[in-house]
Amino acid sequence: MDTLVQISSSVLLLIGSFLCISGGVGILRFPDFYTRMHAVGVTETLATSMILVGLILHNPDFLVDVKLVIILLMTLFISPTASHALANAAIHNDLATEKNQKSDNANNDEVKPSNP
Amino acid sequence: MGVAIAIVRMKDLLAVVMLLGIYSLLSASFFVAMDAVDVAFTEAAVGAGISTLLMLVAITMTGRTEHPTRHKPLLALAVVIVTGSLLIYGTLDMPYFGSAEAPIHQHVAPRYINDSMQEIGVPNIVTSVLASYRAFDTFGEVVVIFTAGMGVLALLSVVRRPRDNEKIDSYNKSMHEQHLILRIVTKMMIPFILLFAFYVQFHGDFGPGGGFQAGVIFASAILLYAMLFGMNTARRVINQSLIQLLAATGVLLYGSIGVVSLLNGKEFFDYSVLSADPVAGQHLGILLIELGVGITVASVMVIIFFNFADRRDYSASKENKDL
Repeated sequence: MDTLVQISSSVLLLIGSFLCISGGVGILRFPDFYTRMHAVGVTETLATSMILVGLILHNPDFLVDVKLVIILLMTLFISPTASHALANAAIHNDLATEKNQKSDNANNDEVKPSNP
Repeated sequence: MGVAIAIVRMKDLLAVVMLLGIYSLLSASFFVAMDAVDVAFTEAAVGAGISTLLMLVAITMTGRTEHPTRHKPLLALAVVIVTGSLLIYGTLDMPYFGSAEAPIHQHVAPRYINDSMQEIGVPNIVTSVLASYRAFDTFGEVVVIFTAGMGVLALLSVVRRPRDNEKIDSYNKSMHEQHLILRIVTKMMIPFILLFAFYVQFHGDFGPGGGFQAGVIFASAILLYAMLFGMNTARRVINQSLIQLLAATGVLLYGSIGVVSLLNGKEFFDYSVLSADPVAGQHLGILLIELGVGITVASVMVIIFFNFADRRDYSASKENKDL
């Protein structure tokens, strides 16, 4: 039982780190602001949650576990909201997508050139 | 180091502000790696949190790019290189970084580490040194923060006309739809942020924490509200004169603890006179002065932000006369 907990916590930590790195690779490789936001917003939340759950399993002390659970809940609230805030600000300021023809916002009626 | 070079070379001030936040976060992780968690906490809260926010508000007023310098300051570079090399030459004789024979580890530090638990009785030695052994230096820090707030008030405060309440309400309703998700999540988060600030304030005796970090976290909750719900609503919720009164009250509380010690016959900031048992007196003294620090830091941060934003509104509304 104990080794199972240790192995699962190590696996979760490794998966979390891999997701973090892949989010970083996504920022560098994706062509456009919105796709980059999507890459980092999704992977970052999941990576942080997995790292935190791995740390919870690794740690026998109760008080530290309570604090880690609170951090996990806060992250699940705050991280998607931050991604939403960024993407909303971009839409509101008419940042166009990769294809210059139209952007997704229905309120737009003019086209600006995109600078990736 | 790469972050520092990028900060100096880049011309876009918005990117520089973000890089400064990253630099603060990296410094905080260095401090954690060196086992200095109180310092790391303060660095992360102030540098990566409030400082980034205040600088963003400042560059909304000054403009986003740096003006190009027209001359190359070679004489200044030569002076800096000469002074720097002289300083490095002066340090060659000193003991190595962290060695056990350095003077800092011989005289005062062993006494604090050995005697802190008997004399003061709080587990966190950083708090006992900051708040009791070196309370006078911390008093100087709080007065410096208070002076910064007074400087901002003296230079940047703008006399405001009272705004029309119905116009504010209708403006809020029209903006509500656009920022719906952010406003709802913020409304859920702000009580927890404030609660965490109180936890950090009173838990500074046992873990990393204390007045400075707690004041900054408290102020950041108020600034979050002000950012998302509009400055006019925030000014109705947070009364400006109350905040200014609170800033002065914190410093006054801190100083009066010292004066009470003087009036009872001991030295300035000797807390053992505050209660029958000297250790209980130390606890009471630390609690009260950390409270004073927290109150002043939170109020000064809010004052600085509100005055920056006031100044920006004032200069923006001089061109167009709308809300």
